[in-house]
Amino acid sequence: MFEVDALGLACPIPLVRVQKAMASHPGEVLLVKVDGGSAIDHVTRLAESKGYAVKSESKDGEFHLELTPKS
Amino acid sequence: MKFFLKSKWIILGGFIFGVLGALAVNCGNPLNMGICVACFLRDIAGALKYHSAAAVQYLRPEIMGIVLGALGSSMIFKEFRPRGGSSPIVRFILGMCVIVGTMVFLGCPTRMTLRLGGGDMSALIGVAGLVVGVLIGVFFLRQGFSLGRAKKMPKAVGYIMPLLMMALLVLLFIKSGALSFSETGPGSQHVNPWLGLGLGLVVGCIVQRTRFCSIGGFRDIFLTRDFYLFAGFVAFLAGVVVANLVAGNFGVGGLVISGIDVNYNVGFFNQPIALPYENTDGIIWSQIVWSFLGFVLVGLAASQMGGCPLRTTVLAGEGDTDAGIGVLGYIAGGALAMNFAIASSAGAAGAIGQNAPIAVIIGLVFCIGIGFTMREDTA
Repeated sequence: MFEVDALGLACPIPLVRVQKAMASHPGEVLLVKVDGGSAIDHVTRLAESKGYAVKSESKDGEFHLELTPKS
Repeated sequence: MKFFLKSKWIILGGFIFGVLGALAVNCGNPLNMGICVACFLRDIAGALKYHSAAAVQYLRPEIMGIVLGALGSSMIFKEFRPRGGSSPIVRFILGMCVIVGTMVFLGCPTRMTLRLGGGDMSALIGVAGLVVGVLIGVFFLRQGFSLGRAKKMPKAVGYIMPLLMMALLVLLFIKSGALSFSETGPGSQHVNPWLGLGLGLVVGCIVQRTRFCSIGGFRDIFLTRDFYLFAGFVAFLAGVVVANLVAGNFGVGGLVISGIDVNYNVGFFNQPIALPYENTDGIIWSQIVWSFLGFVLVGLAASQMGGCPLRTTVLAGEGDTDAGIGVLGYIAGGALAMNFAIASSAGAAGAIGQNAPIAVIIGLVFCIGIGFTMREDTA
């Protein structure tokens, strides 16, 4: 699992980070940490459009999105 | 079909925003300026005497409403997160750059769309500039451009911008003599303050919930081929066109609420509160070029800030103090543009400000400079 720490990063930087991780770690599960708000929607939309399943959970004010490539 | 279902809220929100923005003109706001975040912040700068252009001074309650609507909405939906510390001074200057660009073109991306929906085809110069600016912004984003991480902040800090806005509302409603209010010109044209506040509150909620952003709409197409925000932008334009058609705002006649018969014409020239792009000698190419470059600056600086003036104003209400600094930069930019002959003047004899070219060039140099120097976590 490859981790993308996008905590504290404003829109659209989390998106750029996730996009890069998808390119550098194809087929791998990605764990994306964001603060919340628009970053969750944005990253979820990107992941779903790229064929990833998205599972999200809230942890101590952070949001952890697990992006799993659909085979 | 799946896309429309997924985007239904931003499409509905954008459409409602468009209808409200267009009809605000019928209720008294300046022509094709139902809600222009840049123009309204410039008017606020004038009311606070940061500039002395007598025609554009008024405490626009729409702005206060947008911030407070976003505050309310973010608190209800548990998205109020006080945060800050991501290159505040850079954001302040970027905010100034954005407003300089809008003052040359005469409108922010919101007003650009209102102009377009009111038949002003010269707004397409803005669209073209915006696209080029956003493309340059996306280039820097792909290269790793970042203004750095924000940190969580105490709750009280997140309330500073909303409290500032409440203070401005009080000054407006008591008609404080310490402020300047225009007696003629666009600054004197406004809806009833309560209506303006209500309008702002609704728009603030819509934008907070849907993440509506004109800059983001174009940026996401280029960055991730995501059309969600763009759908909101198109719905906004559609709302403006439909409202103007239904209200009979094209041509003489139609809905008259505040005594003004809104009379738009579809075309490139002689448009309300816009630069004249022709005179007796023909087309004025220099004004087209500087309007275009002004909006290249808007597109680039706003991409680097992370959103259009409307979206940034909403984020300021959500507790994002970096966005709050951006809004203060907008106000400073409005004052700068009016004080130093940067802003354009509208009407048949209108022209870009004498210092507009140099201001736009300095702005572009600044944005390109930080684009190359602020990377990844080095910020």
